[in-house]
Amino acid sequence: MMSHPILIRHPEGADQLHWDSFCSTNLANYLPQRKERIAIFAKGCDSRNLVLQILENQIKREQLYIIGVPCQGMLDRRKVQAELNGRELLGVRETSQHLHLLGEGFMDSLERSSYLQENCAICTHRNAVIHDELLAEPVLEQEGVDRYEDVRAIEAMTASKRWSYFEELLAPCIRCYACRNACPMCFCPVCFVDESTPQWLGKSIDPTDTKTFHFLRAYHLAGRCTDCGNCERACPMSIKVRQLTKKLEKDILELYGYEAGLSLDQSPPLDTYSPDDPQEFIR
Amino acid sequence: MADRVIKKSELIKLIDRLLESYRVYAPVRQQDMTNFQEISAADQVDLSLANTTMSPKSIMLPQSETMFEFNLDKTSDQAAILRETEKDLSPRLIFGIRPCDAKAFQLLDLNFDTVAYKDPWWVARRKTTTLMGLACNAPCSTCFCTSVGSGPFSTEGLDLLLIDAGDEFAIQILTKKGEELLAKTSIGGDVSEATVNVVLARQESSLKAIESRVFTEGLKRHEVKAFFDGDFWDELQFACINCGVCTFVCPTCWCFDIQDEVHKDNGVRLRNWDSCMFPLFTLHGSGHNPRAQKLQRLRQRFMHKLKYFVDKYDQGVACVGCGRCVQQCPVNIDIREVFRLMNDLKV
Repeated sequence: MMSHPILIRHPEGADQLHWDSFCSTNLANYLPQRKERIAIFAKGCDSRNLVLQILENQIKREQLYIIGVPCQGMLDRRKVQAELNGRELLGVRETSQHLHLLGEGFMDSLERSSYLQENCAICTHRNAVIHDELLAEPVLEQEGVDRYEDVRAIEAMTASKRWSYFEELLAPCIRCYACRNACPMCFCPVCFVDESTPQWLGKSIDPTDTKTFHFLRAYHLAGRCTDCGNCERACPMSIKVRQLTKKLEKDILELYGYEAGLSLDQSPPLDTYSPDDPQEFIR
Repeated sequence: MADRVIKKSELIKLIDRLLESYRVYAPVRQQDMTNFQEISAADQVDLSLANTTMSPKSIMLPQSETMFEFNLDKTSDQAAILRETEKDLSPRLIFGIRPCDAKAFQLLDLNFDTVAYKDPWWVARRKTTTLMGLACNAPCSTCFCTSVGSGPFSTEGLDLLLIDAGDEFAIQILTKKGEELLAKTSIGGDVSEATVNVVLARQESSLKAIESRVFTEGLKRHEVKAFFDGDFWDELQFACINCGVCTFVCPTCWCFDIQDEVHKDNGVRLRNWDSCMFPLFTLHGSGHNPRAQKLQRLRQRFMHKLKYFVDKYDQGVACVGCGRCVQQCPVNIDIREVFRLMNDLKV
C-alpha cells in the first residue's frame, strides 16, 4: 500500500509507472531548484504546489510538462492497516468503489470512501489546475464540503484547553522532520531548525522546542499550503500535523479570500503587499 | 526448549509480580501503534501487534538524555565544572522485546562497550536490564531477520524467551539473570510434552513464514571504494527526502550528537540521537559540509550498515531485519533492495 517515486531517464523505464489509490506522494516535492526539463504527473494538489513553486521561483513553467491525473482521492494506508488488526496483508485489489484486502484465509472488502485520507475526503480540487495534458476526463469536484469542522472545534476551546490539546497532539513527535521534508513547500536552503550560528532551537525532544518547530513551520506555510497531506502521511507517529496548517489556511481564506496555488496570476498573500490588504488584526 | 509454562490468564499476575521488583517496559497501545513504555500496571501491556513502531533502543540509549549539569556563575568555586546527572539504574525489565531487537542491543555493545571505550550509562543499563523476549509466531512480510543472524525464535541477547503456545506461554530460561527473574515469581508449572510439540510446530511455521531474504556474502567481495563508487546510488537516492525516519526507528542506528544548553547561569550537556540523513550531521565549523548532498547522506547510511560495520567488526551487517525502515519510509525505500544492489555489485 505504498508507492515509490522515480525519475525516469530512458523510455524503457516507463514500464515502472504505476497508478493506484496509494500514489499519494506529492511529486512536486522533488522539483525545487532542478535545472532540466521535466515531465511530472500531477494530481490536483500536486498541480497547486507546482503553481506555488513557479510563483516562488523554484522552477519555471517552461521547464515542466505537466500530465494531469484526475484524482478520486487517495487512501490512507494506516486506516486500512488498522482494519487488518495485525493480520498480514498479502495483496490489494481495487475496483471503483471498493478496496479488497487479501491475506491468508481472508478477503475483506472495504468501502473506498470510508478509507480516504482525511485531506482527500475534504478536497475540492481533485483535477490539476494547470496541465499540458490530461490522462482522463476530469472528475467531478466535491461540493458543499465543510473543510474546517475540526479547526472550528479547536477554535472554540478555551485558551488553556487549546494549549493542552496542542501539547497532546505534538507529544509523540520524535523530531525526525519527515513532515517538513515531505512538504513540497518546505524548500528553504537552510531550515531554521538546522541553523547553527546562531542555533534557534534545541535539538532534544524538549516539548517547547518541538512545539516551536511545528508552530513556526505551520506559520511559514500560511497561504502556501495546499493541504496535500504529504506531511501527515510521512509522520511515523501518525501526528495530525494538518491541524496546524489548516487553521492558517482558514485564516488566509477568511482574511484574503485566497486559496493556495489555484492560479499563476495570484501570489500567496503573505508573499506580496497590496494597499487594501486587511489590517484590522494588526494592533 | 522450554523450562516453564504459564497459562495465558496468569500473564497479568506474572507481570504484576515482576512490577514489585523491576521497572517494567513493555509494548503499550498508542492509537494504531504500540511502543515500549514504562508501565505501572500489567493491563497496560499490549502484545497484539507484530512489533512496536519505535524500537526499544531508547530504553538503553534515550533519544535525549542529560549527561552532565554545570553552572557558569563565576563567583562559585564550582563554576564550569561538569557534574554527572544522577540516573535511575535500578533493575529494569523489558517485557515482550522481539528477538531482532535484542540482537540489536548486542550489535550496539560492539560500539558502546569495547575494551578501549565504555559508555558508562550504556554499560550500566545493559547490566541492570533483563530482557524477556517474545518469540514471533506471525512475522511480517517485511521481516528478514533470518538472513541477518537473528530469527523469530532466536534467543540471542535474551535472558528469557516467552513463546505463545496457544492457551499458555512457554518460557525458556537463557541466562542467570533470567533465572533470577523467574525465581522472584512462583507462577507457572512444568512443561508437558504436548507444549513442547506446540512450540516446535510454531517455530517451524514461523521460520517458514519469513520468505523475505537478503544476501550478504558479496559485501566482503570488494573494497570500500568499489561500493562507494557504485552506479546505483544515483537512482536509489532520487526518492529519498532525507528525513530521519529510518534512522530513528532503526534499532541499530546509534549515532548521537552532544549539545550544551544554557539558561542564564545553568547549563546541561545533552546527548541526542542524530541522523546521517540530516544536513547538520557532518557540518564543519568552517561551514564546509563533506556530505552536503542527499546522495552522500543516503550512501553513508547504507555503507555504514552494510560495509563499514561489516569490515570493522566482522560480525555481519548492522541490521537485524526488523523491517521498520521498510514499513515507515515515507517514500518506500527498501533496505532489502539496497542489500541486493550492494551484494550483487560487479566491478
